[in-house]
Amino acid sequence: MFFPISGAHISPFYLVIVGFVIGILGGFFGVGGSFIAGPALRVVGLDWNFAVGTDLAHIVGKSVVAVRQHRAFGNVDLKLGFIMAIGTIAGAEIGAQLIQMLKRAGNVNLVVSIVSIAVYISISTFMIWESRKTLRSKKGGTVAPPTAAAKKHDPSSFDHVTRSIQRWNLPPMIHLPASGVTISLWIIILVAFIGGLFSGFLGGGAGYIRMPSMVYVLGIPTHLAVGTDLFEIIISASYGTFSHAVKGNVDILIALVMHTGAAVGAQIGAICTQYFAGPKIRLAFVPLPLIGAAIVIYTLMTGHKL
Amino acid sequence: MKKEAAQTLRAFLVELVIYAVLVVAYFFLVLHFLGEGLQRLEQNHRYGYAGVAILLMIGQAVVLQNVTTFLLRFIRGRAE
Repeated sequence: MFFPISGAHISPFYLVIVGFVIGILGGFFGVGGSFIAGPALRVVGLDWNFAVGTDLAHIVGKSVVAVRQHRAFGNVDLKLGFIMAIGTIAGAEIGAQLIQMLKRAGNVNLVVSIVSIAVYISISTFMIWESRKTLRSKKGGTVAPPTAAAKKHDPSSFDHVTRSIQRWNLPPMIHLPASGVTISLWIIILVAFIGGLFSGFLGGGAGYIRMPSMVYVLGIPTHLAVGTDLFEIIISASYGTFSHAVKGNVDILIALVMHTGAAVGAQIGAICTQYFAGPKIRLAFVPLPLIGAAIVIYTLMTGHKL
Repeated sequence: MKKEAAQTLRAFLVELVIYAVLVVAYFFLVLHFLGEGLQRLEQNHRYGYAGVAILLMIGQAVVLQNVTTFLLRFIRGRAE
């Protein structure tokens, strides 16, 4: 099938399958999936700028489907999502500026690669330690597929640190009834800002950073972190799509075709979260940042940007 | 329990087949006609194109979710 905007010839069935796989991951883990979509679009010959912009557009649609499904399960904290979107957009802008600075200094690829490998491996190592420890302990090991009430009492071996962060009395304090958490507005903004910073710096939606930090720093239950992260992704990815479309980096036809697969995948992923407890979702999340790290190492070693 | 799971799986597979037919028709009818107009918009009115792109994406997301939900309910209803 010929896509006139980008001038690319790509099989629509390939796009649907890629969308379907990313949809499942997004619905289940609350990530955008750009670490798979970007390389998958590059492999079939789409230019890098189109791959980034088009992927963002597809993420908007996929997240809308997943959020509607998660909302039906009570897994979305709208108040938290709106607050986080502000921090994310600000962080993404500064991250993009940082990239421009490094470009001028001439060492952007090496710095970004090393930082991203360190971040990805740290997240995976920490999450595998925490979720295994929680699952082995009495409170985590007996967790069955969660009921609505059980979702708000998501056990974690990192609870003591999270609770002390929540106790920092830095006004204004924000009460989040949907998540059952009261926390300083500045901590929420800071977490979102750091997520946005990585998004602008490393590319993609940075869900692999934001979802875990919502759980471990803000103390949001895993199911709500997944749903709320997706809601927040709708806002930040829409902003990114608009910005890239104005620069001529979005082939919306490719995004629409990919989304036909993602629409089904995202629903399946969201429904699957209902059958797993929080620590198990976090344990299953571990390979995702490692895949990201593997892609960066490959790029660094071969010089081919996937 | 096993019977229920098998029924759900069968309904889901039937849904996928019907959905696939609808999607293929969508590729060749709707996207084919949209392509030229969107390309012109992208070349001449970037801001307009950016707005239309987001609206199309959200619109498709809402419609497809309603289609899949309807299909699944319809197929399950007939199976019971």
